[in-house]
Amino acid sequence: MANIDFKDGSAVVIIGSGAGGGTLAHELTRRGIKVVLLEAGKRQSLDSFSQVPGEAFSQLTWLDARTQSGNWGVARDFPTLPAWHCKTVGGTTVHWTASAPRLQPWELRARSTYGNLADTSLIDWPIAYDELEKYYVIAERRMGVTRRNDMPGLPASNNFKVMYAGAKKLGYKQVHTGHMAINSRSYDGRGFCIQQGFCVQGCKMGAKWSTLYTEIPDAEATGNLDLRIESTATKIDHDADGSVKAVVYRDSQGQEQRQKARLVCVAGNAIETARLLLLSSSSKYPHGLANSSDQVGRNYCHQITGFVWGIFDKPVYSWRGATLAGVIEDEVVNDPRRGFVGGYRIELVTLDLPTLPLVGLPYGWGRDFASIVESYRNLAGMFINGEDVPRSDNRITLNSNVKDAYGLPVANVHVDEHANDQAMRKHAQGQMSRMYEAIGAKRVVLGPTPPATHNLCTARMSVDAREGVTNAWGQTHDIKNLFISDGSVLTTPGGANPTLTIVALALRQGEYISQQMKAGSV
Amino acid sequence: MDEATMHRREFLRTTTGLLTGLVVAGSPLALIAPGRAWAVDLTAFTSSEAATLMAVARTIAPHDKLDDAAYALVVQALDSDATKDGSTRKMVREGLSRLGSEFIKATEADRVAALKKVESSEFFRTMRLKTLQVLYASPIAYAYFGYEGEAFSKGGYVLRGFNDLRWLPDVPLADSGPVPM
Repeated sequence: MANIDFKDGSAVVIIGSGAGGGTLAHELTRRGIKVVLLEAGKRQSLDSFSQVPGEAFSQLTWLDARTQSGNWGVARDFPTLPAWHCKTVGGTTVHWTASAPRLQPWELRARSTYGNLADTSLIDWPIAYDELEKYYVIAERRMGVTRRNDMPGLPASNNFKVMYAGAKKLGYKQVHTGHMAINSRSYDGRGFCIQQGFCVQGCKMGAKWSTLYTEIPDAEATGNLDLRIESTATKIDHDADGSVKAVVYRDSQGQEQRQKARLVCVAGNAIETARLLLLSSSSKYPHGLANSSDQVGRNYCHQITGFVWGIFDKPVYSWRGATLAGVIEDEVVNDPRRGFVGGYRIELVTLDLPTLPLVGLPYGWGRDFASIVESYRNLAGMFINGEDVPRSDNRITLNSNVKDAYGLPVANVHVDEHANDQAMRKHAQGQMSRMYEAIGAKRVVLGPTPPATHNLCTARMSVDAREGVTNAWGQTHDIKNLFISDGSVLTTPGGANPTLTIVALALRQGEYISQQMKAGSV
Repeated sequence: MDEATMHRREFLRTTTGLLTGLVVAGSPLALIAPGRAWAVDLTAFTSSEAATLMAVARTIAPHDKLDDAAYALVVQALDSDATKDGSTRKMVREGLSRLGSEFIKATEADRVAALKKVESSEFFRTMRLKTLQVLYASPIAYAYFGYEGEAFSKGGYVLRGFNDLRWLPDVPLADSGPVPM
């Protein structure tokens, strides 16, 4: 492991070690580039992952204060937790459920495909699908995605058998155990999935891909990585000429440190990435870094979600098995006759007993509420993962009324759902209800929208610098040596769970940054 | 909860109340409990306050055959919060006084009606959240609801029933995959 001096201005500083930052750290270090990787959280391991759901939640989740506003259900149901992502080495790849589908070619042309939809800020991606596909192929091999290359699918769990039977009754054709970044056989020095059902608590088998035990150790092995844990970036400094030159952060003791940098890559998950750019305002950049377009923090997307539970008169034991290993892809089409634009996936899901009443069920108490939990053995679950449409005013801003541990304003998350979002959720929950009813469910329960796990688009890629924050490589339009390397750069969210796309873009960005550094352009 | 009983002896001078009960023979708890009697020491609430809090928890999440011991854990967690934080203790006491001493003896319908009246209060919101957080996270609840919890220590569910459902057809191999063991 490298030990890079605070005053060494030749290194790349990456902020955040998740799907984007962790992958990028590996890509740069393996090409001989020195990297300081700042991670706000602690480092866990397969051994240290807690097997008590409540403890695991506290161990992995980003729980620093945030506020929220807007009409979305999360503001009502989970007022203190707008988003559910991680603060730990490996970032959200530690708790992700490893669904790794690709975006569709037409999803990258959202504005052209969906037309001029009122009250949205839709634009097309600056990357064509053929270009992105090259990196999807590499990412899928790297992550061991099932049903790609020669990696078999995962076996069907009880919960998936229920989903499959219902899907076939409704005539769905594209139904399978998913493209999962979970080893269905031993691969890349990691074991295979033993169907623990504890994906969200951290996979103690290491069968699920996470940068914690793949990309980051690989980067460390190059001798070029200086990983600093419990290090929270608070500001990015720039030179008189406007290029960034250092990252200010608090170390594990709360001491302020300043790391010089040749180039800075921000990968703190879309909420914190936007917040850090906004916090880094200066007299030269009064609205924050890379924000001459006023697009930083805007267009926040989180993908449409919502649970549906089917209660049967026979046991399902849905908790046994890989949490999300099942998908229906027939609805991943743009068919405005359904009453909305964009597509969605129906995905298998289950929640452990302690989490189900807190996150999975609609607000309630008393006999009826308890009777749902009483049926826990006989409960099957699915949810929707669909495309939400970007809106300029759905955005991350700084809330100066609430301060973090260092006295800095926290992020406010504002989401007003578009009628398109609501129509999509309604359609999807209707389809899922029909599936369960078609195979004899005694009761169907529609759950709430949980805290956002897919935080996207707050520093989006755009052709026109006025419409976004970065170019097609995540390089900010305003500052050549400042890059964004996480889900913030997605131009639009699409209906695919985003991690595979984030990894593909990080692989592409790593190649670009090393070329630019070699050429002396940055 | 034998441990709790031992703690009682140590902290007798600081305790403010006590919740006790007997494990129902033949209940799921009887299989995992070390003894038949259980006791929870209280350091913030009186025995009668605790009994009412337990009735509130049972009204919020009524599972008739679930042992009182599971609900006592909710009260224990709340008592611990109230011991650390005087404002929680005050808030809960005020909430209890609004419910009155008759609450514990009332019918379930009347208890529900009483709680509906205070549904928007901090007291009720705290009680609801605490009940859901603690009740379903206990080993007693795991046993009662049939939840098997973590499986890593037992080799996962791959050989322990992850695909044992027989009341629906199996999924063709093309749409699933081979069981790796």
